[in-house]
Amino acid sequence: MNRFLIPLGVFALLAVVLVIGIFHSPDKGIIVSPLLGKPAPTFALPALLEEQRTVSTQELKGRWYLLNVWGTWCGECRAEHEMLLKVKQSGTVPLIGMDWKDDDVQARAWLVQLGNPYETVVVDRDGRAAIDWGVYGAPETFLVNPAGIIVYKHVGALTDEVWTREILPRLTGAAVKS
Amino acid sequence: MLPELGHFALILALLLAALQAFFGIAGPAFARERWTRAVTPALAGQAVMVVTAVVCLANAFIGNDFSVQYVAHNSNTALPLFYRVTALWGAHEGSLLLWILLLSLWSVAVAIRSTSLPPNFAARVLGVLGVVSFGFLLFTLATSNPFVRLDPPWPDGQDLNPILQDPGLAVHPPILYTGYVGFAVAFAFACAAMLEGRLDQAWARWTRPWTTVAWAFLTCGIALGSFWAYYELGWGGFWFWDPVENASFMPWLVGTALVHSLAVTDKRGLFKSWTLLLAILAFSLSMLGTFLVRSGVLVSVHSFAADPSRGMFILVFLILMIGGALSLYAWRAPLLRSSAGFELGARESFLLFNNVLLVIAAATVLAGTLAPLISDALKLGTVSVGPPYFNPTFMLSMLPLTALLSVGIHANWKRGRLKDKQRTLLLSLVAAAVLGVGLSFGVYTGGHVLTPVGETLGLWIVIASLVDPIDRWRRGLSLSRAIVGMTIAHLGLATAVIGLTTVQSFTVERDVALSPGEVTQVGSYQLRFEGVKPIEGPNYSGVGGTFLVTRNGAPVAVLTPQKRQFWVQRQVTSETAITFTRGNNLLLALGDDLGAGRWSVRVQIRPLVSLVWLAALIMAIGGAVAASDRRYQAAKVPVPAPTSAVPGQA
Repeated sequence: MNRFLIPLGVFALLAVVLVIGIFHSPDKGIIVSPLLGKPAPTFALPALLEEQRTVSTQELKGRWYLLNVWGTWCGECRAEHEMLLKVKQSGTVPLIGMDWKDDDVQARAWLVQLGNPYETVVVDRDGRAAIDWGVYGAPETFLVNPAGIIVYKHVGALTDEVWTREILPRLTGAAVKS
Repeated sequence: MLPELGHFALILALLLAALQAFFGIAGPAFARERWTRAVTPALAGQAVMVVTAVVCLANAFIGNDFSVQYVAHNSNTALPLFYRVTALWGAHEGSLLLWILLLSLWSVAVAIRSTSLPPNFAARVLGVLGVVSFGFLLFTLATSNPFVRLDPPWPDGQDLNPILQDPGLAVHPPILYTGYVGFAVAFAFACAAMLEGRLDQAWARWTRPWTTVAWAFLTCGIALGSFWAYYELGWGGFWFWDPVENASFMPWLVGTALVHSLAVTDKRGLFKSWTLLLAILAFSLSMLGTFLVRSGVLVSVHSFAADPSRGMFILVFLILMIGGALSLYAWRAPLLRSSAGFELGARESFLLFNNVLLVIAAATVLAGTLAPLISDALKLGTVSVGPPYFNPTFMLSMLPLTALLSVGIHANWKRGRLKDKQRTLLLSLVAAAVLGVGLSFGVYTGGHVLTPVGETLGLWIVIASLVDPIDRWRRGLSLSRAIVGMTIAHLGLATAVIGLTTVQSFTVERDVALSPGEVTQVGSYQLRFEGVKPIEGPNYSGVGGTFLVTRNGAPVAVLTPQKRQFWVQRQVTSETAITFTRGNNLLLALGDDLGAGRWSVRVQIRPLVSLVWLAALIMAIGGAVAASDRRYQAAKVPVPAPTSAVPGQA
């Protein structure tokens, strides 16, 4: 045995660990939310587009919805917007927007300019509700079932891949079961 | 137009780097002199193109060109000009570009100074550097192009991450990267020597100054990062064993071993294959660091931009580069036999211990850093490894290292006649012990069992390293810069040992809630909270608190920590306030508004913590002085006669 081969062998082992690590990493970027499988935190927040109206989690119960946390100050949200419009077009599940720490005027302008994918947008001006939901950066998307339980959480921009791989199966799977 | 020019320049740089690599390696291998001579022009072209790309990107930042995605993501019109420039390396794409720029500059420096090297050898060094440049340029262009345009352009940018809006960011990454990248030069020298199949003492003499300078930069870079984390992040410490910190610390440990092992190869022609291995490892660990930071494999506070596809690319590059170098090593290292020997107790044996201990330390850090990954891969559950693992394991190898240093610098080369120095060593140890124990029980009271041990070892290094130089100086003998530099660097280490021991044993941390006018006692200081006032910055607003610090009634300082809310990213940062008095480091950070004027405040007193950063600076100065020694300047070899058969293919 050539002792000069030892470093190469050790490195090969290390490389295997790193390769395994990298194939695991897609799930690691997501911080597992302690809220998964738990009832969605309640809120009663003003609606962005309808004056004087307050939307509460109570009203949302009884059907599936996606809660999408966004803000006009968030660049990734702009990147995500097109996907959200596609979701709306598909008509599979209603989108509820949570406008996080934002300026109302700018937020309305954004929806006029880029199109409004949301059924309702609630305003979380001081970020209290977002803290309850464990939001740590926009955009974040939560899938909530008719019983008001959070079944899935996605951190970062919603993509086609996430939609078809994670969200649709959960929606259709539930439809088949019921 | 300019962003496209920058993009085009990067593509040209990639092609030129490929030529540089090809000519540099193939020229000497096939004895084509014209190819060999073409390396330098290829490198020059590559460097010009890289500089052009950097200038184009800087221009986009300065001119607020938000049609460039990278600029739109990391800058804003309200961002001050200074930070618009430093934002260039504030995120992934730009930091890679900085890496590439520094690599080009190092390569140019090598090319300029390589006139004293045998032409074939110089070409091979530049060729290997070309391979590294090529890999990083390809990585940038394929996965992380900073010149991608946005259509339509954003009206304004998303701003630079607020915690990076600090003068620390301006200097920390460039200096750290200069160190990282500098190890590429040692790596290239090692690969060139292996390609030649020959390694002599002259090789070690050429490699030494480059390695020492890179090491000095890395030392400074790590210390700056630590200092920045201390005052900007306000986490309450100067070192967290975070994966990214470890990523910079591992090459430093191995680099330190390399600096010492090169000394043995230079003076005695020993440790040849070991030196080669260390040169490969030091740079491999630098690249591994890049991989860990950029791939998102490990969750870290630093991973601002984690992306698995990028990780895959770096991993493949890493495997080719390091795997290639280690294969070359397995093939060529057996050729490098040393005939000389040495006795136990000779300086060589101490340097061997030094190397082994440093490599063990690096290995334990690597194991701790990768443990979460391994445990996850083996489905053993998520583990997190922190200071309870790192602190004791690290100390286990560092304590003997510092003790052996004091003895080792008095040992002779080749012969183990330590008996002659027995008296000096014993006397210096006794003096250090008296001072060390006095310091830990006299000035500070109590503390850990290890406090007097650490202080004694630190002081022993001080006394032991000064004995010889002072003796020579008194006898009117000359002192070479190499010796002076070494002594300074060792004094730096002593400073670090003393500082670390003290700060670990006597830190006071308290969280207090204060109303305006209220006074609290922390350690030997009294803090009077004067209340908070609103503040306005160029791109943030916030509040600033005022605290009157006194000690036994005598005023010490007025501290004004702030909390800033940045407009664009809505992020709140805490600006700590620090005062240095009588060796104590008092840090204040504003916590939360508790209502009715009450605020929670974090107070930390860390005695002698400044010594830790000062130590790094001293070490770096030592390295710089040693690297400027005349021996390396005069290392010109006579122009080789045409008959000097270079054993290219042995």
